Amino acid sequence: MGENQKDTVIAESSRRKFLNRLWAFFGLAAVAELGWLGVSFLSSRRELNGPFKTESIVTAGLVEQFTPATVTAIPQGQFYLACLADGSFLALSRTCTHLGCSVPWDAEKKRFACPCHGSIFSMTGEVLTTPAPRPLDIYPVRIENGIVKVDIAAPQRREHFDQGQTTRI
Amino acid sequence: MRSSRKSITDLILHLHPPSVSLQTLRFTLSWGLGGMAVTLTGLLFLTGLLLLLVYQASTDQAHTSILVLTREVPFGLWVRNIHHWSANLLVIITTLHLLRIVLTGAFGPGRRLNWIVGLMLLFLLLAANFTGYLLPWDQLAYWAVAISTGMLDYMPLCGPWLKGILRGGSEIGSATLANFFVLHVAFIPGSLFILLLWHFWLVRRAGGLVQVEMGNSPAERVPTVPNLLVREAAVGLALIAFILILAMVRDAPLLEQANPAMSPNPAKAPWYFLGFQELLLHLHPMFAVFVWPLLGTAALLYVPFWRDSALPSGVWFGSPSGCKLAARAALAGLFLPLGVILLDNRLLLSGNAVAASTLLTRGLLPTIALIALLAAFYLLLVKKLRHTRAEAVMAGLVLTLTTLTVCTIIGVWFRGAEMHLVWP
Repeated sequence: MGENQKDTVIAESSRRKFLNRLWAFFGLAAVAELGWLGVSFLSSRRELNGPFKTESIVTAGLVEQFTPATVTAIPQGQFYLACLADGSFLALSRTCTHLGCSVPWDAEKKRFACPCHGSIFSMTGEVLTTPAPRPLDIYPVRIENGIVKVDIAAPQRREHFDQGQTTRI
Repeated sequence: MRSSRKSITDLILHLHPPSVSLQTLRFTLSWGLGGMAVTLTGLLFLTGLLLLLVYQASTDQAHTSILVLTREVPFGLWVRNIHHWSANLLVIITTLHLLRIVLTGAFGPGRRLNWIVGLMLLFLLLAANFTGYLLPWDQLAYWAVAISTGMLDYMPLCGPWLKGILRGGSEIGSATLANFFVLHVAFIPGSLFILLLWHFWLVRRAGGLVQVEMGNSPAERVPTVPNLLVREAAVGLALIAFILILAMVRDAPLLEQANPAMSPNPAKAPWYFLGFQELLLHLHPMFAVFVWPLLGTAALLYVPFWRDSALPSGVWFGSPSGCKLAARAALAGLFLPLGVILLDNRLLLSGNAVAASTLLTRGLLPTIALIALLAAFYLLLVKKLRHTRAEAVMAGLVLTLTTLTVCTIIGVWFRGAEMHLVWP
């Protein structure tokens, strides 16, 4: 092999290497672009079934309507309004914190019992029986002119029940 | 005429080799389980096409369209029943197929990739069943999907994000139905078709079904058409007849339209997920829905790559002693979960104090106990009782599968209101 020929071979192989790398780079860029397209397309779907974008304040009723130590279901807001023994209010989400079943209120036994996996919650939403990992979520309650109003825009997680979560007149 | 018949034969020979080893034709080697799975998949495609013509994928019309299908469309009820029973039977048949692969040592060298493809097919099949479960939009469907997608919340890092995408929002609604519909009728069948062809081709490339190694003498071979073909046709047609009759006498369930305000009591996941739901009653959710399935999947994927983990090929249980071991493992798999569930049930009932450290007592400790138990079990079999590694692996898989079956049976028949243990 002559000196010239060898040079050509080296030049060609390095050119080939360069072009191959270029192709690989463009290929990866295309994959990344398409992946981004797919992810953003799918991510936009995460908000479709969002609850109550427009009207987030639900009027539960007059303060006098609720007797202490009772729980009332408020169907239009999909939550429970608990009127505790001392007359303060707590708005509890009806969604079980375990796997998202709807928890019915058992008025006789004064507790919430989840039909799916048997979690039991007290009137204040605290876990009495596992497997639920944390108390029922709550919504902020306001009392204006003797009317109980609940903001259901976003449920609030909590680890324990304390008096600060309740609302009094 | 002759040439057209030849072309059909040639088409068949694309999937099958021209000749097959005589000993692999034995029914009791494979029990025709793979062929049955293909037959059921075919039935599902055909009935699925018909159902697609009537079904309306929107939350306010889905349930009504199923009612119209079952009441007004001629044979509509029957077609839906065939689809339903084929799908459910397919889960059982595929699990048995997996068990057969394990018990005849058919995942060794040369078949490793096909084991992985098979596991992917099993995953797709469960996904197909699960997405189809929501489509009727009745109470059963709605809450089963609510629970199952709720499980994603406990997956670390991407779980809630994934749940948002799958549900199309924080709640189950029209976007969820649209997602599940597209997955069920387009994405999953398409992927299933490609993987199935790959699965068959890999069987052919591995030289057909597993067979006993004969030393130097070449195995006796016979032409595929008609020898293999008539056997496949016999199994397939008998199965179709069975499904058609079953679909005449047993109707697929349809409850009232989905009501997001009221969970039925008890609310259960689809039956093939009830083993997980049983785990959920006893373990911390993160371990029940994430750690344990992850460990199980990793173990299944790794098994064929562990050296000498496959039994001698083509002999059920490998040897008579392997057969005895498998029976013992199955017995252990029967009584161990029963004991644990009954004991833990008493524990849950008596001391209903909520331990602050459930992640430890109901997560980490059981997991460590399980791994220690499996390791001790393996050492006992291999070191003390002089079983081979392959036999120990086989026993472990039999034990796991029996346990899962027992948990599923308990979940289906022995769990009543609020998921308490009941006598059916």
